[in-house]
Amino acid sequence: MKILIYIEDNDNKINSNSLESLKAAQEIKANKSGQVYAVTFNDIIANELTRYDLDKIYSFKNSNLDDYSPLFFIKAMENMIEEIKPDIIIFGHTYQTRDWVPRLSARLDIPFISDCTGIKIEDDLKFVRQLYQGKVTADFTVSSFPLILSFQSGSFRADQISNGSSEVNSSNIDFNDVVNTIHPDEKFQESESEVDLTQADIIVSIGRGIGKEDNLPMVNELAEKLGGNVASSRPIVDSGWLEPYHQIGSSGQTVSPKLYIALGMSGAIQHVVGMKGSQNIVVINKDSNAPFFELADYAVVGDILEIIPKMIEVLDS
Amino acid sequence: MKICVLMKQVPDKDSSIKISMDNLSIDESIVSFTTNESDAYALEEALQIKEKTDSEVVICTFGKDSAIQVVKDGLAKGADRAIFISNKDKEDLDILSIGKIISKKLLDEKFDLVLSGLQSDDDGNAQLGLIISELLNTSHGSLVMGTEIDGNESIKVKRELENGWFQWSKLDLPASLSIQSGINTPRYASLKGIMAMKKKTIDKFTIDELGCSEINSKVNLDKMYIPQKSKSTEYIDGNPSEIAEKLVDIFKNEMKVLG
Ligand SMILES: Cc1cc2nc3c(=O)[nH]c(=O)nc-3n(C[C@H](O)[C@H](O)[C@H](O)COP(=O)(O)OP(=O)(O)OC[C@H]3O[C@@H](n4cnc5c(N)ncnc54)[C@H](O)[C@@H]3O)c2cc1C
Repeated sequence: MKILIYIEDNDNKINSNSLESLKAAQEIKANKSGQVYAVTFNDIIANELTRYDLDKIYSFKNSNLDDYSPLFFIKAMENMIEEIKPDIIIFGHTYQTRDWVPRLSARLDIPFISDCTGIKIEDDLKFVRQLYQGKVTADFTVSSFPLILSFQSGSFRADQISNGSSEVNSSNIDFNDVVNTIHPDEKFQESESEVDLTQADIIVSIGRGIGKEDNLPMVNELAEKLGGNVASSRPIVDSGWLEPYHQIGSSGQTVSPKLYIALGMSGAIQHVVGMKGSQNIVVINKDSNAPFFELADYAVVGDILEIIPKMIEVLDS
Repeated sequence: MKICVLMKQVPDKDSSIKISMDNLSIDESIVSFTTNESDAYALEEALQIKEKTDSEVVICTFGKDSAIQVVKDGLAKGADRAIFISNKDKEDLDILSIGKIISKKLLDEKFDLVLSGLQSDDDGNAQLGLIISELLNTSHGSLVMGTEIDGNESIKVKRELENGWFQWSKLDLPASLSIQSGINTPRYASLKGIMAMKKKTIDKFTIDELGCSEINSKVNLDKMYIPQKSKSTEYIDGNPSEIAEKLVDIFKNEMKVLG
């Protein structure tokens, strides 16, 4: 099998999610034989990749590839795929991948199984992904190759990638036939957060299970009695019940407190990436199948609206 | 402007999910269905653009017959008309196939903007709006957290990037935007809206009628299962008071995080 992996460049650094996915490519090669090629649009990154076990590294250069610009990225990848005709093309499931790879899939009429969490290498290959917000896992197969895959961050460990030595094939590319209709501006950050949750020892985090804004005072009281800070999942911020800096997750803060208490939240991957480094995780949820329980050190299947007031009482006495 | 909003029906997030005997579907008799969360934000964004410009908002839904409820709710909130494509002929299509079918219909309509939620709460492919941009040959923006009308030729969108970064991007029209949750505050349908909905047009099509019966999936579902737990977890039971006492005791004496 010929496998092509795209390595994403974030300000001249290798995106760790795309690098981890190299492990997936190497595993397929080890079992099914073949070649693993890497492609990147940055020479610095291409040179760093030479220490991994790869059959060849391709690096494309053009000023339109210096910063992320989807239509140029798609065109460069289209050329690459036509040239080496891979059976599988692999990406990390990053925000950039979300933006350009579905479009690449449609252009080439190659199906794209996005946000996979693993592969099963049997007689045929099975691709594992989550459905229903992590409540169900499913295996998928394909009736023919080529195929595009992306892997969720954390699906593979970068320290298990086999080293080797490989060569870079660096070349210029021209884009005479690209009509660019997408014009990105500079990146920026919104106002700095007022509370630095990354320093908190105890975080009391609430999700949609809190039900209504009127229930927030008891959460604040609990956090205060524990000497902790209040945080939340995205829907609480989307509803305007808490300021954005309270949000934990891929589009919020990343924290690793001594104690993270998850109250009425399902444990969606975009939330969990922001707190999975916590030392102790306590999950209270009324649905015994909530995905968050997979991460819990201590778990309670129950109603937070009943348990929070009792915790406040115990802390008072 | 002529705006299309792609909307989908999904199980309510609070529904517990049970896998059917065939391991290929979920038991639908025990779940309640609702409009996909980010699609509701996409509709609201379209309605707000309509209020600022002179626009027509058309809902497009692909799904089983029960999904007509999503269309009706959207029309009651203020969309002008709807296109409903029934998936009765083929239920398990992959996302690229669904994109081809929807594009086939949208092609005749020549929309200036196609809005969709960035990801569905069931399959979570997060691809449809982008696939459509390619098949209709428009510009695109994903993870959109703000829009600004910019004359008749383009639209500016604020895109969410990782770790709290954002970026404005100018997109030539026509464009396809996939909308992130939280971009606005979705409205409720008014009584007047619900009455008006009943007179609005819903054009219904089957996959065959769109000339798409040849489209076949290359991605096949093999098996569904409930995720395996790998971490060891201590479950705490009792009534709420007992649970509260046990937890506080664990914080103090095992984790030693309380002073
Ligand atoms: C690109 C992208 C980026 C995102 N970024 C983030 C991010 O940074 N942070 C983030 O959090 N999310 C993010 N999300 C959203 C994420 O996918 C989930 O939708 C979100 O985290 C769900 O929040 P929740 O757990 O509060 O709500 P739900 O998923 O609705 O879960 C609510 C839970 O509460 C339980 N519950 C209800 N009532 C009670 C009760 N009385 N007692 C106990 N339990 C109860 C329910 O059983 C359920 O498990 C992002 C999504 C995308 C697509």
